[in-house]
Amino acid sequence: MKCWDPRVEEMPRDELRTMQYRLLKTLVYRLYSFSPFYHDRMREEKVHPDDIRTLEDIRKLPFMVKSDLRDNYPDKIFVAGQDDLVRYHVSSGTTGKPTVVGYTRNDLDNWTASLARGLVSCGLGRGDVLQVSYGYGLFTGGLGLHYGAERIGATVLPTSVGNTERQIELMQDLHTTAIACTPSYLLHIGEVAEKMGVSIRDDTSLRMGILGAEPWSDTMKGRIENWLGIKAYDIYGTSELSGPMFCECTEQAGFHVWGDLAYVEILDPKTGEQLGPGEQGEMVITMLQKEALPMIRFRIGDITSFDDAVCTCGRSHPRVRRISGRVDDMLIIRGINVFPSQIEYTLLTIPEVGQHFMIEVDRKGALDDMLVKVEVKKEAFSDKITDLMAIRNNVEHRLRNALNVAVNVELVEPGSLPRFEGKAKRVIDRRKI
Amino acid sequence: MDPKNYIIKQISVFSENKPGRLAAIARALQVEKINILAFSIAEANGFGVVRALVDKPQKAFEKLSILGFNVAFTDVIAVKMKDEPGGLYEIARIMGEGMINIEYSYAYSGKDAAVLILRVDNVDAAIAAIRKGGGTVLESSLFQ
Repeated sequence: MKCWDPRVEEMPRDELRTMQYRLLKTLVYRLYSFSPFYHDRMREEKVHPDDIRTLEDIRKLPFMVKSDLRDNYPDKIFVAGQDDLVRYHVSSGTTGKPTVVGYTRNDLDNWTASLARGLVSCGLGRGDVLQVSYGYGLFTGGLGLHYGAERIGATVLPTSVGNTERQIELMQDLHTTAIACTPSYLLHIGEVAEKMGVSIRDDTSLRMGILGAEPWSDTMKGRIENWLGIKAYDIYGTSELSGPMFCECTEQAGFHVWGDLAYVEILDPKTGEQLGPGEQGEMVITMLQKEALPMIRFRIGDITSFDDAVCTCGRSHPRVRRISGRVDDMLIIRGINVFPSQIEYTLLTIPEVGQHFMIEVDRKGALDDMLVKVEVKKEAFSDKITDLMAIRNNVEHRLRNALNVAVNVELVEPGSLPRFEGKAKRVIDRRKI
Repeated sequence: MDPKNYIIKQISVFSENKPGRLAAIARALQVEKINILAFSIAEANGFGVVRALVDKPQKAFEKLSILGFNVAFTDVIAVKMKDEPGGLYEIARIMGEGMINIEYSYAYSGKDAAVLILRVDNVDAAIAAIRKGGGTVLESSLFQ
């Protein structure tokens, strides 16, 4: 199969733009009428839905940022009632409060359709076995890929993340042809397989990886493809957009952003000016059809560029290059977003340690390893090693709960961590990706 | 007998597990002309606790605190131990029979006899048990 939904995927560009304008107009009217949050935002910016007369007028609309979701925790900016919600997903927010995303039936359908198109575009189909090694549960990765692949008739093997040796055994026994996971986890699988005496290239049927949820480079792509003997495709998304959403086609020249579902802008992060094709800037996405949690001009914080030309695969939708960096200090640890502010917030609630901290990130083997150094307070110091270990374990436990990712904690002497005037640089990231 | 006469103030110092930290502590004590009578290091992941018996504990505490170290006093006792096979057994047996738990311990071999430094869960009971069992608990004035 070439296209899952050829009518939409190969839609002439003019038609697509007309459709986007129509969807935008409807969205803005709907939010102005039913979203107190966005209504107020538009009033502040002195924009009325009637001011949106062309697709380019989107730039008159106010931005949304991640903290808007936190500030309106858990569901104050939802535009759907409880009766219409069929699912929640929860991801970590920038500080203590997580981000909750609600979905209507249509939201789930559009999410699944987006992935169905993307998976077909990179050559997945009936007869394929897709091993979904993204986490299942509150994280969107597992369930998103799961339903997308089922929709196109591929066989899903829902291994979720972890228990790597078993993953490799099942990969062999059930003849997995494709795997969806983070690129670093796939490298880890490759390393564990070698220790087990299994060559992914020669001893399995794996032919492709659908890889995302963390930044990766061309170097890493080359390493995965050459070493494991598979094709590596980029997949992109965030929970606010629904989850993993857009996938590279077989051309491997960026992921197609389906224009009927999303409108993408690349802006100069400093001036806010819209940038043209090929220019690096901050990606801003408007979800044109989301119902429960509409996202307009969402500043995700990812830096990349886009290509507007019709793809050689025949799809008319613009492509966005693999993410090359962040505008903020967000870290991605084993596919999970981590903000230093979350750590700061958590430490403030633990009386035995100080508020200063340093984060050191390494890649141990193929996997990310995060170490947080904190100072033990004078009052909390005890001669007993067991008491100190209890403090350390408690900090690890609390951080793990807050960040949803395992953290190693090291207790250091008071006053030994750097103090910052102005912008703090609390992260030492030694990963080479 | 007053147990207070036997309780020795040990200083405990929190230290990161990295080169130069013990030197920093030892240098500070040298500058203040504080003598270290016995010491040990306990280590855990990434950090350790340096424990020392010194002749001027209050001065050591102040100096190390000024330098930014986390310092605490801990009550320990010193027991005279025969410097011959079975010397440790004698003391340990008394503690075990008295149901006294030893949290940690370190020792040194002096001119006349060996000395066992003990951190126990019940200091008063430990002193009484050792004396009753025929052992010698050293008075703190011998050290500080």
